[in-house]
Amino acid sequence: MPNLYQEVIFWALFAITVFSALLVVGQRDMFRSALALIVTFLAIAGIFAQMNAEFLAVAQVLIYVGAVSVLVIFAVMFTKDMPHSTRSTNLQPVSIVVVGLLFIALSWAIFQSQWNEMPAELPVFVESTLVDSSSQLGTAIIRDYVMAFETVGVLLLAAVVGALALVRDK
Amino acid sequence: MGEALAENIVYRHVYEFILSVFGSELAWLAYAIATFSVVLLVVNVLMLLATFYTWAERRLLGRFTNRLGPNRAGPFGLLQALADAVKLLTKEDIVPRSADRWVFNIAPIVMLGSVLMAMGVIPLGEKTFLADLNIGLLYLVAVSGLGSIAVLMAGYASANKFSTFGAMRAAAVLISYEIPLVMSLLSITILAGSMSLIEVVNSQTIPFLLVTPLAAFIFLTAMSAELNRSPFDITEGESEIVAGYLTEYSGMKFGTFMLAEFAALMVAGAVFAVLFLQGWKWAILPSHIWMLLKVGLFALLATWVRSTLPRLRPDQILTFAWKFLFPLSLINVIALSVQRLLLADEFGNLQQQDMWLMVVSNWILMVVAVPVLIKITNRKSGIPFGESAKFHVGKGV
Repeated sequence: MPNLYQEVIFWALFAITVFSALLVVGQRDMFRSALALIVTFLAIAGIFAQMNAEFLAVAQVLIYVGAVSVLVIFAVMFTKDMPHSTRSTNLQPVSIVVVGLLFIALSWAIFQSQWNEMPAELPVFVESTLVDSSSQLGTAIIRDYVMAFETVGVLLLAAVVGALALVRDK
Repeated sequence: MGEALAENIVYRHVYEFILSVFGSELAWLAYAIATFSVVLLVVNVLMLLATFYTWAERRLLGRFTNRLGPNRAGPFGLLQALADAVKLLTKEDIVPRSADRWVFNIAPIVMLGSVLMAMGVIPLGEKTFLADLNIGLLYLVAVSGLGSIAVLMAGYASANKFSTFGAMRAAAVLISYEIPLVMSLLSITILAGSMSLIEVVNSQTIPFLLVTPLAAFIFLTAMSAELNRSPFDITEGESEIVAGYLTEYSGMKFGTFMLAEFAALMVAGAVFAVLFLQGWKWAILPSHIWMLLKVGLFALLATWVRSTLPRLRPDQILTFAWKFLFPLSLINVIALSVQRLLLADEFGNLQQQDMWLMVVSNWILMVVAVPVLIKITNRKSGIPFGESAKFHVGKGV
């Protein structure tokens, strides 16, 4: 029985994701596009949460909904004539080709890779380790991959300093 | 998570009642209705608290400014909130012609939704909570981010200069103060060793208010900025931009925004109680009463601050966030990490005498760090914002 609920929730989230993603590109009003993008992010966070990746789900909401979307809306607010500013251009054939290639590449990658499928009935000890994904993630980032983590930090710092150097008055 | 809910009295009784009526084939229905009734209970408690607080705050503001405050409706004016609700419900609901109608209508719902979602992880008493997420603290921050989206939606959809100004100001303040807020939550995580709010309460053998006064100060300040309360209420600065993003709202949509704002204050009070005041724990009285008293204490403090401090300028508010609160929160996080590394035993647990040691060292840190940082900030201020952005934290706040 619980599997049925999970299926229903998954397909609902899937439908919301696809529909709102279509809304992002399919309407004229840029502000509404940005809002539809937020709905997409939220639905993807829901899918993450359903896959027991709570930390990833919350991080998705925190970073994409809370920060990136706000910046997107900020940028959108500076555009001229916002409700009608999205016009079709003559670049449509090019973009169709590019998007099609990306789609083919991604599906190829997904179908080619070896997925470790989990048995439907998990042993108890595996389930208990699955629940606390945040502490595992913390251990992995701070202990095993600390070099990469610190490098990303330095990179971001350089980006911030660079941005400040660009906008600062001489 | 499910087990914790099953221990709840309301949940169990409703569940068993429905099972006894319909038989065990409809277990899913019993589950749905029982869960729904618990959620309804929590939501209603929050809404009632918020409406009651509107009255309490107006009475207190009256005291602080030598007035009476609302005292006509019912004994001591207790029914004032009811009268306000009826007034708002019967008012004409106006949507400006040039407004983005759909976004305009949905913004108050998003605002209220973000506050209600935060309620999901907050323990209101012993064994009284909807969910015990092991990432509860992070969840709180993520959900409150939806509120800033609602403010932006309201400001844009109104198609009004003042609304847009208010929304832009709100976004700037919310983004800036979110960082010190998250840092103070991080220092709580370092102390408790967990992001679950239940674990945070259980690990407080000494209230964290004593152990890390800096984090409590940063949390209080950043929270009052996130809640748009004086001295940080530039988003609704009445004397400058009418009512900010609320300018075009009328009737119950305005009411929903106000309700969400006051409910957010109650939620903030509950979070403060959980993080710094041992949550529901204390002697003699039942746990729920303690929780209510601590939320009340926070609300009193918030009202007091609101009636005492004048509004700051937008540039002063941003300078305060980036040049004072942010470095302070960094210092606090580093100090706590070092203390934890030095004092914790091999299992990463802190004993009570270690906690007392941390109390002493953190109070010394606060007494040293705050004046030094004020001195540095005052000398260095005004570089990116120009001379006008003088920083007066030492005298004003």
